[in-house]
Amino acid sequence: MSAITLKVNGRTHTLDVDPTTPLLYVLSDELELRGAKFGCGLGQCGACTVIVKGQAIRSCITPVETVDRAEITTLEGLGTIQKPHPIQKAFIEEGAAQCGFCLNAVIMTAKAFLDKKPKASEEEIQLALSGVLCRCFTNVRMLRAIKKAGQEMAR
Amino acid sequence: MRAKTRKKSQAADKATLTPDALAALRRAGMSRRSFLKSTGGLIVSFSVAGMYGTAQGQDNFAGGIPGSPPLNELDSWIAIAADGSVTAYTGKCELGQGISTAQAQLVAEELAVPFSRVNLIYCDTAMTPDQGVTSGSQSHPANFNRSNLAQAGATAREALVQLASKQLGVPADQLGVKDGVISAKSDPSKKVSYGQLVGGKKFDLKLDSNAKRKSPSEWTVLGQPVPRPDLPALVTGEFEFVHNVRVPGMLHGMVVRPPAVGATVVSVDESSVQGMPGLVKVVVKKDFVGVVAEKRWQAMQAANKLKVAWTHGAGLPSHANFYDYVRNQKPTRDTLLVNSKDVEQKLAEAATVVKATYRHPYQMHGSMGSSCAVADVRGDKATIWSPTQGVWHQRGTSAMILGLKPEDVRIIFRRGSGCYGINGADTVTYDAALLSQAVGKPVRVQLTRKEEMAWENYGFAFVMDERAGLDAQGNIVAWDHEAWSPVLGGRPGYNTPGNVITGLLAGFQPEPFRPRSPSPEPTSFNNNSNAVPSYVAGQVGGALRGTGTIKSERALIHNTPSPFWTGPLRSPARLQNTFAHEGFMDELAARVKADPVEYRLRHLSDPRLIDVVKAAAKTANWDPRPSPNPRKSKTGAVTGRGVACVAYERDNGFSAMVAEVEVNQDTGKVTVKRIVLANDSGPISNPDGLRNQIEGGTLQGMSRALMEEVTWDDQKITSFDWRTYHTLPLGFDVPKIEAVLLNRPDQPACGAGETAITVVAAAIGNAIFDATGARIRQVPFTPERVKAALSEAV
Repeated sequence: MSAITLKVNGRTHTLDVDPTTPLLYVLSDELELRGAKFGCGLGQCGACTVIVKGQAIRSCITPVETVDRAEITTLEGLGTIQKPHPIQKAFIEEGAAQCGFCLNAVIMTAKAFLDKKPKASEEEIQLALSGVLCRCFTNVRMLRAIKKAGQEMAR
Repeated sequence: MRAKTRKKSQAADKATLTPDALAALRRAGMSRRSFLKSTGGLIVSFSVAGMYGTAQGQDNFAGGIPGSPPLNELDSWIAIAADGSVTAYTGKCELGQGISTAQAQLVAEELAVPFSRVNLIYCDTAMTPDQGVTSGSQSHPANFNRSNLAQAGATAREALVQLASKQLGVPADQLGVKDGVISAKSDPSKKVSYGQLVGGKKFDLKLDSNAKRKSPSEWTVLGQPVPRPDLPALVTGEFEFVHNVRVPGMLHGMVVRPPAVGATVVSVDESSVQGMPGLVKVVVKKDFVGVVAEKRWQAMQAANKLKVAWTHGAGLPSHANFYDYVRNQKPTRDTLLVNSKDVEQKLAEAATVVKATYRHPYQMHGSMGSSCAVADVRGDKATIWSPTQGVWHQRGTSAMILGLKPEDVRIIFRRGSGCYGINGADTVTYDAALLSQAVGKPVRVQLTRKEEMAWENYGFAFVMDERAGLDAQGNIVAWDHEAWSPVLGGRPGYNTPGNVITGLLAGFQPEPFRPRSPSPEPTSFNNNSNAVPSYVAGQVGGALRGTGTIKSERALIHNTPSPFWTGPLRSPARLQNTFAHEGFMDELAARVKADPVEYRLRHLSDPRLIDVVKAAAKTANWDPRPSPNPRKSKTGAVTGRGVACVAYERDNGFSAMVAEVEVNQDTGKVTVKRIVLANDSGPISNPDGLRNQIEGGTLQGMSRALMEEVTWDDQKITSFDWRTYHTLPLGFDVPKIEAVLLNRPDQPACGAGETAITVVAAAIGNAIFDATGARIRQVPFTPERVKAALSEAV
């Protein structure tokens, strides 16, 4: 165990944890955040995605010691029900979910991508999301929502 | 004393109820259990003799395990608080398919209250009625036709209007209802609200099968694309999945599964993990092995490090020759669905006989999130948060696993990752229960990806022989379908925990395989597995119950023992049989150089199935001509279109699909460019929800048709993660999907979750044939398989 300082969604937490613990378990179990999820534990599906220094990373295979003091953004840090981020708003408007388990993967991956390239083409959006799974296959609505959000973010 | 008891029960509720449920109970002023048990509802006075609880009425609402809220009691379904808010209780849960929105719409519609005033509580054995399992496209028919939730709403509305009539002194037929307020049509100042009439009290009424449902022409809430209320919480990370349930003092458990199919425990070396940080206990119960630790990472490390000696596995049949293995297994369990007994004779007399064999592999539910449950077992009481599709079934089997009385086990549904059938939800519930019982504290278990994928109950493998006889004019005169499909386990039901892996490991047996050959003759028409092709007459017991015209017919299924767990996966058996039927129908049309749409219509009799085929063809601008399309080149990309249709379970939804594909003949890669899907699921409760199901079902069907297949070696499953089990990712080339929704307000509600997926593989396979002249009869249509088919094509 050792003291780790996590800066999550603008709040600083000092935690006494095994430094090899994957970041996901610290977010889920110590901080009780619900956004990032365990999908595969192998970095294959994207369910655990968080944003660190502008990059979408897979928190299930990221030892917490490697993000000590780094700024971490989770799904909860994007927006709230009352004041959703443009991507979250677009997903609500497009009805872009079924079970919703993959939404963290999709929205966080899209966020990191659109922050860099809000005016992305459909092909570029598809490529950016080629490492993310939705087993309910809500692809049509999700890709439409991401495109719509990008247009909103570019304004 | 009484106050003390109530306080205690409220405290217990607080620990275990959702905030929504708690709020509803607070409005009612008591716990749900004590509410249902209480007597002396205020409204007995309008229980007009003979009107409610008639024998006929009760027959419609039979079912539910003893101890569950009676299905024929209005109070089991609907409670109205003093502020007029409505709480509805249902046994059909929200898995992500959108059914909770549609059910809340239904209640709002029948009760004439705004959608926002309805709070729907689903699947908690302390509160909700037993409606079996949420599965099989049955939720819409179960709750939206003349039974259950729909009839509860209608019964409540009529009862309230009668009560208002007495109170206001106005005849019932001169009263109107709007927004939960009943008023005189002639004098709106004469009014009374639901809350004033019944708020917080019991109805004490039986469901009335004669209570008049609202006609679809009067609908203002049903039929509308009401947005799902769970979306804002889902997209912001506030939504509580079962994975997010946290209970004070909760520990983390992990399981250790056998390394090979059939391997059993020889010994467990607890010293191998001794002294590991946070380790609470190593748990062994027969072949069930698990660890409990304070933190998840500690439990994972301990599970990895724990030394378990296992026996060798039982050995597995070769993957490469599996279909031959299956069709030669003995003994079998045989089921005849139709048998006109003249098929061999008609085939012998036919001008042409066509034969083909179709193959469909085991496929996975492959949920995005591995399955998870939280159990709190202390002494002789258990509370379990589970993503199970059937809480009352889970209560019975968890009680068996734990050696407790069912009434001492409470199962609370929490949404898991989308399941599409029986994923690891039931098995992980047993895992959590066993580990919690061993330590006497709440334990959370989430399976690893490998544990989820290597041991789930796979969708059925099928090998299917099709034979048909054609007359000199090219019409089909006889059709024979004979299929082999291995089975093991399945849904646990009320009392078979051994139907999933944890139950077996803990010492329970799966439902035994019961050989039966030959099959008895069919006595009633049952096409729940769509083993009977759409084009035959379905003659059983003198009546024609099928959807087609071919009178000489036989459909025979041989079930065999499976080496792997099996269970329902979205459109179980229906999808596999339809893949064979609709591919073969295309072969027959091609053989006689007929247009595939015209040829289908020529052999269909059912008007609803005919309508969806015509609607799909029209929207797709179908060009009538035989397949294949003469190829311009034998290299490079070619395009084609294919059609397929199904009467899902004969009368539980109708769909027809036109797929347009591009086939790269050099690489074998298939790209689906456009899908048109015409769908008739009866009256449309929520068009946006229906479209969402159709779009998702279509793309999931594409993934299954093009990529998905369970694989194994001689000992174990070798497809256990997203590198070894292939699926379409979010960012692939998504085809243009056009859904044509046929609304049928005059018909009963049908299923809508499985109509689209059932026809996808056949439609794509037929389009590949149209593009290339190559017939592909085995799922998945991998590039290698497409290239092999191309090399065989003329």
